[in-house]
Amino acid sequence: MPNQLTTTIRPITAHTCIIDVQGDITAQAETALMSAYNQASQNGTKAIILNFTGLDYMNSSGIGLLVTMLIRVQRQKQRLLAYGLSDHYRQIFELTRLNEAIGIVDDEAAAVTAVATPT
Amino acid sequence: MNDKPPDNAASWAKLVDTLNVDATPDGAINLNVQGKRVSGPLQGFGQLWQKTYKLRLRNVETTPVDVIRLWKEKLPELMPSNSRFYPSITGVKPGEVILINATMPGVPGTISTGVIILYADDEAFTVMTPEGHPESGFNTFSAYTADGMVVAQIQSLARANDPIYEFGFRFLGGSNQQEEIWHHVLTQLGEKLGVAGQVEMEKVCVDGRLQWSRAKNIWHNAMIRSTLHLPVRLAQKVSGRRTA
Repeated sequence: MPNQLTTTIRPITAHTCIIDVQGDITAQAETALMSAYNQASQNGTKAIILNFTGLDYMNSSGIGLLVTMLIRVQRQKQRLLAYGLSDHYRQIFELTRLNEAIGIVDDEAAAVTAVATPT
Repeated sequence: MNDKPPDNAASWAKLVDTLNVDATPDGAINLNVQGKRVSGPLQGFGQLWQKTYKLRLRNVETTPVDVIRLWKEKLPELMPSNSRFYPSITGVKPGEVILINATMPGVPGTISTGVIILYADDEAFTVMTPEGHPESGFNTFSAYTADGMVVAQIQSLARANDPIYEFGFRFLGGSNQQEEIWHHVLTQLGEKLGVAGQVEMEKVCVDGRLQWSRAKNIWHNAMIRSTLHLPVRLAQKVSGRRTA
């Protein structure tokens, strides 16, 4: 049974926001994911961190959604980071070369440190 | 973090650095795939387009699983003559490579390229392009139920791989040719299921920018490399005939 995607937006500094992802990222998750991005992008957000600790399942349409989100991030001159990916999904990010544009780190502390480090 | 592999772990291709073609199917030209890296929507040069093609399978008793099973089985037959697909003997399975031999107006000979099957489950499969392919991105072939009927869908998320391809797509009819290929595939699939429907298409420019840092992708251009290789293939054909 698919787990509908739910998200929580957590601003952690004036310009950085975490999106906690819970459930499945498939084509059906488009509205939830993009609406989370829009919400997280308000008020001059410079960096978005995706927390995948609660990710249950993702298919290739889900990867497509992340590409679309990444393009929007790049247009807004923001940074996109991710943590909490299982080994399996880390490999998928490498295979699809998403890791070349999304900074993958181990945990929230590492993500916050990475955001504070100029690129 | 949940380190247990997800239910669909086996649906994904294994991580590879470069593509490997184990054996060349009969009749296929195997060029520009072996040793190439995959190239997704982020690695290409041109404008990024998401194009969605749909065929509603009206008045037919079927399921998304049956449609995808048929699609995987008959994939080569569904392609038009200007874009031949040669799956490996294993078929449409994650990690397998499909060789593609295509022709384009104004380009002598056959353009040889391929795709890797990135993902395949019972209701969808996705291919990803390698360096040098005309497009850089994904194509997802899927079936689902909507409004009480099964819909067969192709969705591409891709950009031209280099400036030459971008010029071809924009100004030499390449984009239209690509769209005709996927219309053809859905129409053929419909015919196999006894449906003569209208293919619907929606296209969205996801990113209008050109990625100039990727202009050097020209080095891998499969069209140029296939053309340069043409004399070698002709010589091999002639010498093969003499020794036969």
